[in-house]
Amino acid sequence: MILELRGVHRTHGTGETAVHALRGVDLGVAAGELVAVMGPSGSGKSTLLNLAGGLDSPSQGEVVVEGEVLGTLNRKQLARLRRRFVGYVFQDLNLLASLTAVENVALPLELDGMAVRKARKLAAAALDEVALAELAPRFPDEMSGGQQQRVAIARALVGDRRLVLADEPTGALDSQTGEAVLRLLRARVDAGAAGVLVTHEARHAAWADRVVFLRDGVVVDTTSPVGEPEQLLGVQA
Amino acid sequence: MSIRHGLLALLERGPMYGYQLRAAFEESTGATWPLNIGQVYTTLSRLERDGLVRPLPENDGGQRPYELTDLGRAEIAVWFVTPISRTDRPRDELAIKLALALTTPGVDVRAVVQTQRTATIQTLQELTRLKQRSDDPGDLSWRLILDAMVFQAEAEVRWLDHCEASLVRYRPSAPGSAAVAPEAADDRSEARK
Repeated sequence: MILELRGVHRTHGTGETAVHALRGVDLGVAAGELVAVMGPSGSGKSTLLNLAGGLDSPSQGEVVVEGEVLGTLNRKQLARLRRRFVGYVFQDLNLLASLTAVENVALPLELDGMAVRKARKLAAAALDEVALAELAPRFPDEMSGGQQQRVAIARALVGDRRLVLADEPTGALDSQTGEAVLRLLRARVDAGAAGVLVTHEARHAAWADRVVFLRDGVVVDTTSPVGEPEQLLGVQA
Repeated sequence: MSIRHGLLALLERGPMYGYQLRAAFEESTGATWPLNIGQVYTTLSRLERDGLVRPLPENDGGQRPYELTDLGRAEIAVWFVTPISRTDRPRDELAIKLALALTTPGVDVRAVVQTQRTATIQTLQELTRLKQRSDDPGDLSWRLILDAMVFQAEAEVRWLDHCEASLVRYRPSAPGSAAVAPEAADDRSEARK
């Protein structure tokens, strides 16, 4: 199991004004598995993702990434684990405008102390993986929205990242480009990463192996793993 | 889907006999609508009765090809330029079911919505898996059919989301006339988090 949430609660505020964003969530994501999280606004989707990535701490319960209980790590250790193992793709891409595509992708590796040359080499490979090798020297404002999103994905996948967390990664992209982004995410997971995809689009969630439904901070339902799709043709006939 | 128009469209390519028509139909719809040979022959004889196709002499293998008549060619041309009317489709069982759930005492409508949503997304997952496997650019017809099913399922999920959001605000006017889960009032305040 690459990611495990065990009995996780997250409460914001105290007393009468307390908001229970998550109330006893258990979730495990194995290598090679993509789990989508769906639910209405305020159901706890983004809180769950922030906890999984160590950007927030549970009020109760524990979050385990690659066997490390995040609550037992100090800030430095946590930052290191995040940089090494966890990749994030957000709707707002957070690309640095003053860096080229390859520099943006190499940044987390360089921050982690990797030699610049090696980091750039891995970054170039990651860009190649998202079919953007030739745009490596371009700045974000010289690329389309779809291309920028692919750079953000390359940055999330670069190096050894085994846990990919995506929050509405297709944002405002058109349906074809959005689908290309999901195919990339799917391919990375199929190659052995674990992925969590938060989305309100059913069509995007459908790329996952399992879809978890959150309501008011509680998992209310989960789709079972996808069987042989050929059965579907019989149903549709 | 009208088999009648499907067969006419295929005969536009040239004369074909029953088994060829069945194979061509399944190929062009990605086997989404399997036909049995009996349906093909029944449809062909109706088309012949209506003057839309005519049989040709049997070939050496004893198979009888059919070809389009001018009337048939005109019929298929009209079909392609006429939009499919939504009112021609069967009644939407799901909408009726939810409407009834809302007015049937003791039914947890949110559970009905969620059960359907899980099932529909499961279908979407299976369709997406099929799409993932069909990367051949030559499979465009097949992928477009899959996309049609994907978008229809997606529309259903959106409608279910809309139903759920409406239920949170719903207060039945007559006692016992609806069955929204009692925690609905609490949900509303939490949804504003």
